[in-house]
Amino acid sequence: MTPLLTTKGLSRSFGGLRAVDNVDFALMPGEIRAVIGPNGAGKTTFVSLISGRIQPSAGTIVFDGADITGLPTYVRVRRGIAYTFQITSVFANLSVYDNVALPVQLTLSDIRSKDALRTGVMSALERTGLADRAHMPAGQLSYGHQRLLEVAMGLALKPRLLILDEPTQGLADGEIDNFIELVRDIAKSATVLLIEHNMPVVMQLADRITVFNAGRILAEGTPEAIRENKAVQEAYLGTAP
Amino acid sequence: MSEASPAKAYALHLGVIVLLFVLSFLLPDYYHGLLARIMVLAVFAMGYNMLFGYVGLLSLGHAMFFGAGLYGAGLAIIQLGWSVPAAFAAGLACGAALALIIGLLALRTTGVAFMIVTMMFAQVFYLAILYFAAWTGGDQGQVVPQPARVLTFGATSLDLTNPTMRYMTALGLFSLVLLITLAVVRSSYGRVLVAIRENEERTRMLGYDTFSNKLAAVVVSGTICAASGAAYALLFGYVGSSFASVQYSILPLLWVLLGGAATTLGPLIGTLFMYYVIDLTSGYTSAYLLIVGIALILLVLFFPKGILGTIRQRWLGWLP
Repeated sequence: MTPLLTTKGLSRSFGGLRAVDNVDFALMPGEIRAVIGPNGAGKTTFVSLISGRIQPSAGTIVFDGADITGLPTYVRVRRGIAYTFQITSVFANLSVYDNVALPVQLTLSDIRSKDALRTGVMSALERTGLADRAHMPAGQLSYGHQRLLEVAMGLALKPRLLILDEPTQGLADGEIDNFIELVRDIAKSATVLLIEHNMPVVMQLADRITVFNAGRILAEGTPEAIRENKAVQEAYLGTAP
Repeated sequence: MSEASPAKAYALHLGVIVLLFVLSFLLPDYYHGLLARIMVLAVFAMGYNMLFGYVGLLSLGHAMFFGAGLYGAGLAIIQLGWSVPAAFAAGLACGAALALIIGLLALRTTGVAFMIVTMMFAQVFYLAILYFAAWTGGDQGQVVPQPARVLTFGATSLDLTNPTMRYMTALGLFSLVLLITLAVVRSSYGRVLVAIRENEERTRMLGYDTFSNKLAAVVVSGTICAASGAAYALLFGYVGSSFASVQYSILPLLWVLLGGAATTLGPLIGTLFMYYVIDLTSGYTSAYLLIVGIALILLVLFFPKGILGTIRQRWLGWLP
């Protein structure tokens, strides 16, 4: 099977700091991959390079067999790479419906069809449990619901790769359980790349885990293998005396 | 914006159009003429609102688009002897072409830089009118001769200098642009424009080429403003450089702020309100601009979203 996404020698420096340093990475279609690592390990920079929010200093990104390194963000989104923000950035003054209508109308072949738009929006809202709040301004949603709206917007793009940047941050425990179900549901139709600090969530969801440290990939493997990995334990807990 | 109450919105807009139509038969001569002028200038304000209200781009150079329409139509008649429809089309084409070029250049900037760049281009346009005085009439301006301002369709001819004809033509243009604006802001394109205003980076991350969308908005806005300028030249018969001066870049901004940015009817209300305040106060005192200034300050203090914007916020959430 050929990977959906590969990076070769991907690097990005900020001044003297090599935030992402020569990363070779491959992601298989259909998997749920978690990216973990200590703060400042370069996880968010790495996914920002993939989504095109920032340009790499060196290296290439191949998505679905095509080199996308130089493509602008919006073209990558149209090719199927959706990104949900770490810091919630829904359109606070627009209704929940309009927030989701924006990505839905991009995927419709006939954008004049109000029915197709409504169907698409409501299905994304129903999957995330926001259907009854469709006409509220997004800014009036609770924090947890705003995070779900972010995911609904990503979902509505019908992505082939959905990047979730710390989706459970700030969620209550009950919300997290629903969230895990939601990601499993999403993974039936899309590949998921998940940056996450919450280890129980990672262990439950991920097929494979990639551990970043200081801009490089420290380890990669199944959740069990990562749990047993000495180098990972040291990176997280410090070296044993 | 959203699905809610499209019927109400269309009924309201058609009601306003009908009201303006009926007023034509009720108003005394002076106000009849004034309202015709206000409707043409409200088109200018609607064009401005398209960019400022919905996309959030504050231009300080829209006088050049009004001027492009004004001179494009006026000079086509005066210098080239074109017919009224051809001259109107020439005005539109000038505005659209100018907006495309200005958009390509000015949209490389945002915020304050965008304001300054558009203002500078408008000054260049204004100075060019003065420089080519042999053609444009310079600061004196030129009168579009009355016999040329007649629309002929075969045997019937419509004299645009006739007050009723002029009023109805102004109303026709106003209604058309109002309904176009309403359709645009309710469309999926309108939703993208508002999204760009709210958060451009996020809009890009949803797969939208925000530059192209903004450029299209500049062209639509510039063309509507040019339509207003062209109609002004044809209906009121004067083409003058003062209409391209910086004052006419500020006025649409004031009208829109007053009436309510990002409301479809706000531009009309703002233009109407400003004209009537000036008209009323100038009857009492020569310091009428002072009163206008105070009225504006009070509005900004108590109705920061403009007249219709405040009404929408407090009472009528469905207003488009």
